[in-house]
Amino acid sequence: MPQPDSAPLSFMPSASEPLSAVHPPKLAVQAVGKTYVTRGKPLVVLDEISFELAAREFVCLVGASGCGKSTLLNIVAGLVPPTTGEVQVDGMAVLGPGADRGMVFQGYTLYPWLTVAQNIAFGMQLRKLPKAEQRDRTAYYLNVVGLTAFAQAYPKQLSGGMKQRVAIARALANEPEVLLMDEPFGALDAQTKEQMQQFLLNLWAQTHTTVLMITHDVEEAIFLSQRVYVMGSHPGRLTHQVSVPLPAARDLDIKLSPDFIAVKREVLHALRQEH
Amino acid sequence: MIQPSLSQSAIAPSTPRRYLKPSVFWSIRQGFPRWLSLLLIGVSLAIPLVLWSVVSYGGWVPPLFLPTPTRVLQAGWQMLTRENLLWDVWVSCGRVAGGFALAAIVGVAMGIAMGTFHSMESVFAPIVGTVRYMPVMSFVPLIVIWVGIGEDAKVLIIFLGVVLYNAVMVADAVKFIPNDMINVAYTLGGDRRDVLFRVILPATFPSILDTLRVNVSGAWNYLVIAELVAAKSGLGFKIIQSQRYLQTDKVLFCIALIGLIGLLIDYGLKALSRALTPWADQTRQ
Repeated sequence: MPQPDSAPLSFMPSASEPLSAVHPPKLAVQAVGKTYVTRGKPLVVLDEISFELAAREFVCLVGASGCGKSTLLNIVAGLVPPTTGEVQVDGMAVLGPGADRGMVFQGYTLYPWLTVAQNIAFGMQLRKLPKAEQRDRTAYYLNVVGLTAFAQAYPKQLSGGMKQRVAIARALANEPEVLLMDEPFGALDAQTKEQMQQFLLNLWAQTHTTVLMITHDVEEAIFLSQRVYVMGSHPGRLTHQVSVPLPAARDLDIKLSPDFIAVKREVLHALRQEH
Repeated sequence: MIQPSLSQSAIAPSTPRRYLKPSVFWSIRQGFPRWLSLLLIGVSLAIPLVLWSVVSYGGWVPPLFLPTPTRVLQAGWQMLTRENLLWDVWVSCGRVAGGFALAAIVGVAMGIAMGTFHSMESVFAPIVGTVRYMPVMSFVPLIVIWVGIGEDAKVLIIFLGVVLYNAVMVADAVKFIPNDMINVAYTLGGDRRDVLFRVILPATFPSILDTLRVNVSGAWNYLVIAELVAAKSGLGFKIIQSQRYLQTDKVLFCIALIGLIGLLIDYGLKALSRALTPWADQTRQ
């Protein structure tokens, strides 16, 4: 174990410290642990994980498959209850899933019986927003993800990348406090994936939603985020925090820059220490 | 130039390489020519007809055992024109529709409940698991005692025969919905009621239509059992009555008629399914 137990418990972005003294952080994960009991034996999946996201931050969690990062995200979403600790949004503990934490999943989770426009409006419909507002926001997000021409199409007519764009639009149209993303581009081919990364970055620049994304793609994590948390396995825990000192406006060429590669080296070394 | 020849000999051992041989007739999911499909359909329909004709016209068996196709058609014409067979068709269709509609409403509701809620599955699983294996035939004496020999008895027999199959198949369809499709609704602010009515119901709708299409054939099976019980009309009744007078030609015509009605229902439900769910992947033709 490279870190003593107490060291990784308070990962805080230094830039937001004065701010967090006034406002609570957008998202706070406090000493969250998860233990499964299989055949009488406890199995610690997540060990005392704590971290915070400031408003409008884009943070990625990277880790090897099976390190428990999906479980962690499901706990943040409220879909899985933690064994210990709690998750807070704007300083208030969350007790289950809700519209304040929108989520984009790895698989295609669009509703095949709804058109693209109806899929985007789904959350607003559940929350019974006024019809006019639903229409306006749907039109806006259709335009933002560049799928206005496909408003009346069914998901089966879309490509994989387009489906994920609709899934992102559906989550954003609900205007969540925090957007959670579980390897949203994991099922896409390399070219589409890069296009989607650029698209997501532009989208984030326009909407400035707070985003917590998990991925096992180190380049993707660095390209998109301001901070990267590295997770270790058995049990799952945060081992390192790497800040990404890159300009806010990025294009794909930045992946070839020395600064980018320096950060990538740091993250890769952090990941390797875990094995 | 030595390197490649070395590796060549290393790769190519004495055993010959084996490749998949192409086949048209035994193609497994590799495409099938339309003409061959139509030809095989024709052959499979023609062979039994030809055999029947040869055996019956050729006088190989007594006409009482197997009447000729012409005899069957004549008998059918006679039943339609003089014995008011259409009324029997109407009555039987009514019984099947009644029993099956009831079985659809109850079975689909039960299946959705069982597939959705662990609690409901625990409540219904023991009943469904045991009663499904009990032959409906064996309930007939009890049904006669309980509800008599009227129309409700016939509808009840058809209902009992089909309802649990509907429930089990719909419950399975619900379990095939990916978890994340349900979780998305929660993270968009939905509650359990929303998940049930806005996710689970529409997601299983194509499978429900499929289930009903498969199980409506079961309803016709139980119709004949139901019409054994003191019926005075209906296709099943006609079959039993004709058997009593050894009119095998009429029996055959009624059986063929049930088959034809089944075929029409099947095509109708398929067309309905296509019309109602244009969004579904039409993999199951």
